[in-house]
Amino acid sequence: MLLIRCPYCEEERPELEFRNAGEAHVVRSANMAATSDEDFEKYFFIRSNPKGVIYERWRHIHGCARFFNAVRDTVTDKFVMTYKAGEPKPKKLPGVAK
Amino acid sequence: MAASYRISGAGRFSHAKVAKFSFDGRPYAGIEGDTLASALLANGVHLAGRSFKYHRPRGILSAGAEEPNALVEIRRDAARRTPNVRATVQELYDGLEAASQNRWPSLSFDVGAVNDAFSPLFSAGFYYKTFMWPKTAWKSLYEPKIRAAAGLGVAPDQPDPDHYAARFAHCEVLVLGGGAAGLAAALAAAETGVRVIVVDEQADFGGALRFEAGARIDGQDGWTWAQGVVARLKAMDNVRVLNRTTAFGYYAQNFIGLVERVSDHLAAPGRDLPRERLWQIRAKKVVLATGAIERHMVFADNDRPGIMLVSAARTYLNHYGVAVGRNVGIYTANDSAYAAALDLKKAGVNVAAIVDLRDNPSGELVDQARAANIEIHDGRAVVRVGGKLRVNSMTVQKRTGGGERTLPIDALLMSAGWTPSVHLFSQSRGKVAFNDEVKRFLPGTYAQDCVSVGACNGTDGLAASVDEAYAAGAKAAKEAGGKAAKSAKPKVEASEGWSRGMLGAAPGAGPGTTVKAFVDFQNDVTAKDIRQAVHEGMRSIEHVKRFTTNGMATDQGKTSNMHGLAIAAEELGKPIPQVGLTTFRAPYTPVTFGSIANHARGALFDPTRRTTTHGWAEKHGAVFEDVGQWKRAWYFAKAGEDMHAAVNRECVTVRKTAGLFDASTLGKIEVVGPDAATFMELMYTNPWQKLAPGRCRYGLMLREDGFIYDDGVVGRLAEDRFHVTTTTGGAARVMNQMEDYLQTEFPQLKVWLTSISEQWAVVAVQGPNSRKIIEPLVEGIDLSDEAFPHMSVREGKICGVPTRLFRMSFSGERGFEVNVPADYGEAVWEALWAEGQKHGACAYGTETMHVLRAEKGYIIVGQDTDGTVTVNDAGIDWAIGKKKADFVGMRGMMRPDLVAPGRKQLVGLKTKDPNVVLEEGAQIVADPSQPIPMKMIGHVTSSYWSENCGRSIALGLVAGGREKMGQTLYVPMPDRVIEVEVSGTVFFDEKGERLNG
Repeated sequence: MLLIRCPYCEEERPELEFRNAGEAHVVRSANMAATSDEDFEKYFFIRSNPKGVIYERWRHIHGCARFFNAVRDTVTDKFVMTYKAGEPKPKKLPGVAK
Repeated sequence: MAASYRISGAGRFSHAKVAKFSFDGRPYAGIEGDTLASALLANGVHLAGRSFKYHRPRGILSAGAEEPNALVEIRRDAARRTPNVRATVQELYDGLEAASQNRWPSLSFDVGAVNDAFSPLFSAGFYYKTFMWPKTAWKSLYEPKIRAAAGLGVAPDQPDPDHYAARFAHCEVLVLGGGAAGLAAALAAAETGVRVIVVDEQADFGGALRFEAGARIDGQDGWTWAQGVVARLKAMDNVRVLNRTTAFGYYAQNFIGLVERVSDHLAAPGRDLPRERLWQIRAKKVVLATGAIERHMVFADNDRPGIMLVSAARTYLNHYGVAVGRNVGIYTANDSAYAAALDLKKAGVNVAAIVDLRDNPSGELVDQARAANIEIHDGRAVVRVGGKLRVNSMTVQKRTGGGERTLPIDALLMSAGWTPSVHLFSQSRGKVAFNDEVKRFLPGTYAQDCVSVGACNGTDGLAASVDEAYAAGAKAAKEAGGKAAKSAKPKVEASEGWSRGMLGAAPGAGPGTTVKAFVDFQNDVTAKDIRQAVHEGMRSIEHVKRFTTNGMATDQGKTSNMHGLAIAAEELGKPIPQVGLTTFRAPYTPVTFGSIANHARGALFDPTRRTTTHGWAEKHGAVFEDVGQWKRAWYFAKAGEDMHAAVNRECVTVRKTAGLFDASTLGKIEVVGPDAATFMELMYTNPWQKLAPGRCRYGLMLREDGFIYDDGVVGRLAEDRFHVTTTTGGAARVMNQMEDYLQTEFPQLKVWLTSISEQWAVVAVQGPNSRKIIEPLVEGIDLSDEAFPHMSVREGKICGVPTRLFRMSFSGERGFEVNVPADYGEAVWEALWAEGQKHGACAYGTETMHVLRAEKGYIIVGQDTDGTVTVNDAGIDWAIGKKKADFVGMRGMMRPDLVAPGRKQLVGLKTKDPNVVLEEGAQIVADPSQPIPMKMIGHVTSSYWSENCGRSIALGLVAGGREKMGQTLYVPMPDRVIEVEVSGTVFFDEKGERLNG
């Protein structure tokens, strides 16, 4: 069972308290009505599904109930870092050589 | 019966009490402290089971968890029958009943053993090749036969009466393995003051010190030292010592699963003890001290009862005081067997000869053996053994061939060397590396915060292991925040040497031979099978493993993996690392379902949610149905009524006078804040800004993809306050979707969401007399149609308690939903019931609620929709706010396929014969005479008998359904074809006049 650090509670809690909520930084258009079919496809269906570092949303559903973002390695399952919803994609990741 | 192989003065339980037991109905005596295996051996019993595939007689191979052969059933009573228990692990208790498995009619005469004679038929890949053809025979012939023949033990057929406990624990240092290395590591860590947990699977700590008689540490023999360390550790407040506990799984971030066997070793466990305890431990640091497992020699008929591992025989002698024979042969490729020979000789057992594959073995132990006049046949191999149910001779030949010599024996001990137990390391996702010099896989790259010490790390020799372990324990503790260790590390004064061994088939079982030289005992895989797999094209060890099933039994190849790999590598002409090692997976040894399921069974499997009127409903004949976790009253049967009669009566009564229905399970969310209406506009398809406070509206929620997600009536209590209801099953996911958008997409909105599902109990009062029923109880609300029209909400009092009173209807009748704080739910229901009685009202359940809403064509999300139904498909376009710039699902529902013609649309279905009730889920076709498979154009989503309509009614999704009004379609059933006419969805009171009736 993974330990996940909730950026709002500021502590590591067991995975059971959290729920994954899909890929992060997928921007919902401010003008949905004018979104083209291609853009809507990208927004709603297309996900990066990388082997390696993924940016994803989690919810501390059985804790503070907040949504936040996390950087996780899909190969090792290790969390690189977590950060609050609305914060930009981190440019530098601790401990990840790029 | 005399325990004739018990050596007086030997072993550690010589003064223990006698424990009587039975095996296959025969009574025997052992002593407390024995395992079933040691007790059987003390009685001269080696034959313990039959093998899986060939039904060959099998004995006891090992003295530990790696045992592949001696699997038995342990019976306490009719419900407590545990199959596939390793006799080497099961501790003896007085009255233990064991039975052999996989034999009929008896262990010594087993009809299934004909498989052995026909073994050429059952070679590797037999199942894959043979049962391919003819195709139809698989289902009718092969599968049932294989199912009947497969498996070892028989699963118990009664519910498990035992209970199982679970504990979570945290520590700085977790030491897995309680041999010399593990104890040294635990001691070093414990003395720094950090929390330490040390675990061993055996009843007693000590590991290999159980048999290694030559070890001396800190002035004591090794075993005594180990018991002293355990006593010291137990006395420390920061240390938890767990014996009889197996670490079965190593999961992410040093999360370890363990099972503690609490009472399987007790004669009368008592109800207060759990059978097993599941431990889930999170450790900052893990020290792996899991030791090594001895390998057998791979030679012809190496599975005969009486042939066992050298370390096992030595354990039986030195720990249990049992000689495994009186005239014992030894077959080895390494030094550790010599120490066993010396111990046996000292105990008065004749050692017929040591057969050593190596030329001119040398060293202290070899010299001692020579000095003790033990015959050593070096450079030789055991090429044959005599005896079927028990080995009675061994035939020795020079490794390179030549003359043979046969020696009588009654037991044969073998050792091909030791395999480091890297199972848990590998489970931790660490990568093993092959050490070519010593021909073994050792921990290589670590993936987690753990360290391997001692034999599992390839460290040979007791002194080196203890040094390494002590240093590792101290370092782990220090890194986890401990102080410097206080005392000196244990000093090893004497130990026995470990040296290499061999991998693969021994002489006489090499390429080109057809003998049965077993690699994997539990799955009956021979050296020949592995070679055959290579000949048939398997190249990777993963393929060889699956083709032959080598290492795939419950012992997970603890003794067989390395031999199998070496034989495959030799046959492929490749070095071992290029052929690869199979992946180790949890569990290390089999884990009971009981310990995993633990308390989560029966009533505790899932929470049960009951409404405030549950007790009342029970008293009034309610039959309940499960709706998610809720228990909901399904219908209220009066004496003599079946469900059909009860539902008919309830349906008619509601429309004639009135009915009471507990609607408390509906999800309820309070949406509050200055931007509440803006938020509601984004979440729901409907417009909300202009909804006046005090009014209600049917709300429809989509997912972003444009499909219907949930619905419910929403009341606006104030400009900034909405009381939102959801479906019973949708409450949690609607709340989640709202929170998601509020927190991440529209965080600028000042809105707060609160789940109030359990805070408000809801009584629906529906029917022409509903107002008369509530009127006497309500205070402060004008209930007239003018002041309180359909789809309104008011706050006031009922029975003196606060209420949010909704004028709304899911029945098509004049109706109210009385929300009261849940604490008053039952009392208000009782009061309403008393009023209702004056008007002949009934209580009704979910079935009647369903029928009444279907008569009105009201959809149920999740029944008439399935996640692929659009607003237009459901025919409720009126619920979309046409002027809105955005709402969730607005763009999704404009996708080309969602607006294409020919989509399935919700329509009514009337059977031509009004008495026929369709089956929900039945498929609909346009032409019933077309060939099978027919083109299905839709299906029935809801179907009931409607007493109010005097006929059956149904809703269905039909392709282009609204253009097919009045047309005849067909519902093919197994026994007939039912004709239906496509109709509108409203079957009763089409004009909706009764809402104010």
